[in-house]
Amino acid sequence: MPLLAIAFIAAGTYAFRLVGPLSRDRIHLPEQARRLLGIAAAVLLVALIGVGTLTEGHDFAGWSRPAGVLAAAVLAIRRAPFPVVVLTAIATTALLRLAGMP
Amino acid sequence: MRSSYRTLDRGTLRDILLVCVADAVVGASFGAIAVTGGLDPWVPIVMSVFVFAGGAQFAAVGVVLAGGSPVAAVLAALVLNARLVPFGFTVADVLDDRRRRWTRLAGAHLITDETVAFALRHTDPARRRAVFRLCGTALFVTWNLAVAGGALAGTGLGDPTALGLDAAFPAVLLALVLPTLRDRATRNAALLGAAVTLAATPYLPAGVPVLLALLGLIPHLLPPRRPPLTPPREPS
Repeated sequence: MPLLAIAFIAAGTYAFRLVGPLSRDRIHLPEQARRLLGIAAAVLLVALIGVGTLTEGHDFAGWSRPAGVLAAAVLAIRRAPFPVVVLTAIATTALLRLAGMP
Repeated sequence: MRSSYRTLDRGTLRDILLVCVADAVVGASFGAIAVTGGLDPWVPIVMSVFVFAGGAQFAAVGVVLAGGSPVAAVLAALVLNARLVPFGFTVADVLDDRRRRWTRLAGAHLITDETVAFALRHTDPARRRAVFRLCGTALFVTWNLAVAGGALAGTGLGDPTALGLDAAFPAVLLALVLPTLRDRATRNAALLGAAVTLAATPYLPAGVPVLLALLGLIPHLLPPRRPPLTPPREPS
C-alpha cells in the first residue's frame, strides 16, 4: 500500500472528524437538533453492531458470533457488569466454534 | 483538567480499561493480518497512528491484500469513516475549548465509535469531557501499541476467530450503547435503521449500508400526530 494512499485516508478521516467541532462556532444548534444528533449517533452505533454481529463482507457470518452477541445482550439488559458481558460474548462464540458451528 | 478525571467513578474507569483490552486484541490482529498478507510492518503502524479508525483500516488493507487498487482502498476507508461527521457534531460540545484551540484540533482525532458511545452515556458536561478525553487517549495509546506488537509478531499470533474474539467488538459497542436505547424514540429509530442497514449489506459496498441507517430517523422528523410529551406547565 503506497504512502500516498495512507495519507489520503488519514487526511479525509481527519477532515470528517473536524466538521462537527469546527462548525460549533458558526452554527448554533437548537436543543431539538442536538437531541436528534444524539439519536443519530445511537442509530449509527446500533447499525454497526448489526453489521459486526451478523455479516462478514457481504455474507452472513454464521451462527456462532450472533449467538455470542445475543448472550451478551441478555446479560447487558439484566445490567450485568461490563467485563462479564464481553467475556460471555467471546466465550460463547469460541465454544460454539469448538463444537463445530461456523 | 486533572481534577476532572476524579469526577469519573470506578465503574467507568473499569469499563474504559476493558474497552482498551478488547481493542488491543483487535489492533494486534490488524497488525498481524497486514504483515502476514505481505505488507511491510510500517504500513499498519503508520496507518494506525494517522487514521486511528479500526474498521476503515481493516477495509483498506483488505482491499489491497485482495489485489484491489490503492484508489479503491482509499474510497472504501473514507466511505466507512463518513459516519465520523455526525459523530463529530454529537461530541462537538465535549471538544469545545475556546481558550486552547489546539486541544480541539487534537481531540477531534480521538472521535471513534467507542469514545462517542462513552460520551453518550453521560449528560453532565464535565463528565462527558473527562470520559471522552480519558477513553480517547487510553485507546489511542493501546491501539497503536497493539498494532505495532501485532505487526512485529506477525504470524506468531493465533487465529482470532477461533478464540471468538470477533464477537468482542459488537458486544463492547452493545454494552456501551444500551443505556441510551432505554429511550423509546432512540430505540425505534435505531431498530429501523439497523433493519435498513442489514437489508442493504449484501448489495452495497461496505460502509454505505451503515450510513443508510440514518433513514431510521425519518419517522422522528415527521410532525408529531400527538401533542408533545411535555406540555407547557399550566399556571395553578
